[in-house]
Amino acid sequence: MNQSELIPHLFRTEYRKIVSVLCRLFGIDHIEIAEDIVSDTFLSASEVWGLKGLPENPNAWLYTVAKNKTRDYLRRNSLFAKTISKELKYSATGSEEMEIDLSVKNINDSQLAMIFVVCHPCNPPAAQIGLALNLLCSFSPDEIAHAFLTEKQVIYKRLQRARKKLRTENIKIEQPSSAELNDRLPAVLMTLYLFYNEGYYSSGQDIAIREDLCFEAMRLTNMLLENEQTNTPSVNALLSLMCFQSSRFDARLDQNGEIILYQDQDTDLWNQELIAKGEYFLKQAFRGDELSKYHWEAGIAYWHTKKADTSEKWENILQLYNQLLLIEYSPIAALNRTYALAKANGKEEAIIEAEKINLTGNHLYHSLLGELYSGIDNAKAILHLQKALKLAKSTADKTHITEKILACERDNTMADKNIDSLRMN
Amino acid sequence: MKDFLLVFRTDYSKTPKASPEEMQATTKSWMDWVGGIAARNKLTDRGNRLFPAGKVLKAGNVITDGPYTEIKESIIGYSMVKADSIEEATELAKGCPALKSGGNVEIREVNPL
Repeated sequence: MNQSELIPHLFRTEYRKIVSVLCRLFGIDHIEIAEDIVSDTFLSASEVWGLKGLPENPNAWLYTVAKNKTRDYLRRNSLFAKTISKELKYSATGSEEMEIDLSVKNINDSQLAMIFVVCHPCNPPAAQIGLALNLLCSFSPDEIAHAFLTEKQVIYKRLQRARKKLRTENIKIEQPSSAELNDRLPAVLMTLYLFYNEGYYSSGQDIAIREDLCFEAMRLTNMLLENEQTNTPSVNALLSLMCFQSSRFDARLDQNGEIILYQDQDTDLWNQELIAKGEYFLKQAFRGDELSKYHWEAGIAYWHTKKADTSEKWENILQLYNQLLLIEYSPIAALNRTYALAKANGKEEAIIEAEKINLTGNHLYHSLLGELYSGIDNAKAILHLQKALKLAKSTADKTHITEKILACERDNTMADKNIDSLRMN
Repeated sequence: MKDFLLVFRTDYSKTPKASPEEMQATTKSWMDWVGGIAARNKLTDRGNRLFPAGKVLKAGNVITDGPYTEIKESIIGYSMVKADSIEEATELAKGCPALKSGGNVEIREVNPL
C-alpha cells in the first residue's frame, strides 16, 4: 500500500479507535473535542509523512501523536481541563499525568461501549445507524447518504440532532446492563449489517478499501461475540452471513476490476476458510430459540457456497426466502425469492408471481422479468431488459443488461446459464 | 390499505391420509403461497395453522368434541393480509392450497373499531 492509499486506509481503521478511547475518557459532552484531536492527528500525518516519508510503524505514530495532542489540548485549555477533569475516567492527579490508554484491550472495550452509546434508543433507528457509521466506522456524511439513498444535508441534520440528543440525555459511555441488551442489540446489528453491505455492494472503484470495510464490519461483529453478554444467536447468524458473502471476494472481480457474476466465478477462488467459519457461526446461531432475519439470510448465503445448480439447493433457498419475507419485506428479497421460485418451481409459475410483485421502478425487477421471459417470449424479454437498461445506474449493470439484450436478439432459445441477472456476485 | 382476515376451511372427512412426502409437499405449497403474498408486501400476519381436534363450548356448559358433528367444514387456519379493497384481498386468496383439497377461503375485512 503506498502513502496515498495508506492514510485513507488508516483513517478507516484507526480514526474511530482513537475517537472511541478519547470519547470514553472525556464523556459524551465532548465528543467533538475528541474528533477534532483525532482529525488534527491525521492532518499532521499527511503533512509530516508527505515531507519525511512513512514512519516505521504508522499506527504507533498516530497513537503517540494523538496522545501528545490530547495532553497539549488539556494543558492549553485549562478551563476545559477543569470542567472535564471531574469526568475523566482515568485521570490520576490531573491532566499532566493523565493516562491515555491506547492498548488493544482498552480500544476494544471503548469501541464496544461506544457501539451501545451511538445505538442508544433515545435516538430513532435511522439516526442511530447514521451515528454509528459516522463515529465508529469513519463514514463521511456523503457515504452515509449513499448507503441510505438520501441527501447529504438530510444526513448532516440527522447526525447533529442525534449528537445533541445524546448530550441532553447525558448518556454514559459504558456497556448496557443485561436488561437493556435485548432492546439495544437489534439496532447495533442492523448498523453492522448496513455497514457490511455498503462495503460489499458499493460500486466505488477502490475495491481493496471497500473489502476492508467488510472486514471491519466483521471485526466489530466479532467483538460482540467476544463479549459473553452480546454473544447471541443473532450476532452469530450475522457473522455467519458476512463470512459466507466474503468468501467470494477473490472470485468476483476480473483483472480489470470488473464484476464477475456468481455463475461465472471460479470456485477455486472461493475462500474455504471463510466458508468453514460461516458454517461454524451458523451452527452457533441455532443454539437457542432466537431467530432473526440474519438466520434466514445466512442460510441463503450458505446454499450459495454450493455452486452446483441442484433442485435441493434452490428448494432450500426458496423456502429460506419465504421465511425471510415473513419476518421482513424488502424489494430485493421479493425479487430474489421470485428468482429462486423460477429455479425451484419453473419459469412459468415465477412469471405469474413476478408480474404481481410490481416493482416497476426497479431495474432489477425488469432484469428479472427479462430473464424469466427469455426463451419463453423473447419479445417481452427484450422489452423488459430495455426498461432495465433505462433504469440502471452503474456501468457494470448497464453492460450486463446490454449483453443480455444482444443475447436475446441473437438467440431465441437463450441458454439457461444466462438467466441469472440478480445481483449475486 | 386495510387489513383482511383470511379463514381457511376444509372438510376433514374428505381429506385422505397423507404420506410424509405428501405432507411435505403440502407444507411447501402453503409456504410458497404465503411467501408469494409476502413478496408483494401484502402480508400483515402469517397467522397459524390449526390442529383438527378441538372443543366447542355452548350455553349451559355443554361441551362437545369439535365443531365437526354439525358442520362438515372446519377451520384449518388463518392469515391476515392487507389490501385496498375486498376484491384485491380476494385476489390474494387465489392460489391458496386449501382450495386444492376441496376447501375454501373466507375473506373478511377487519373492523378496526
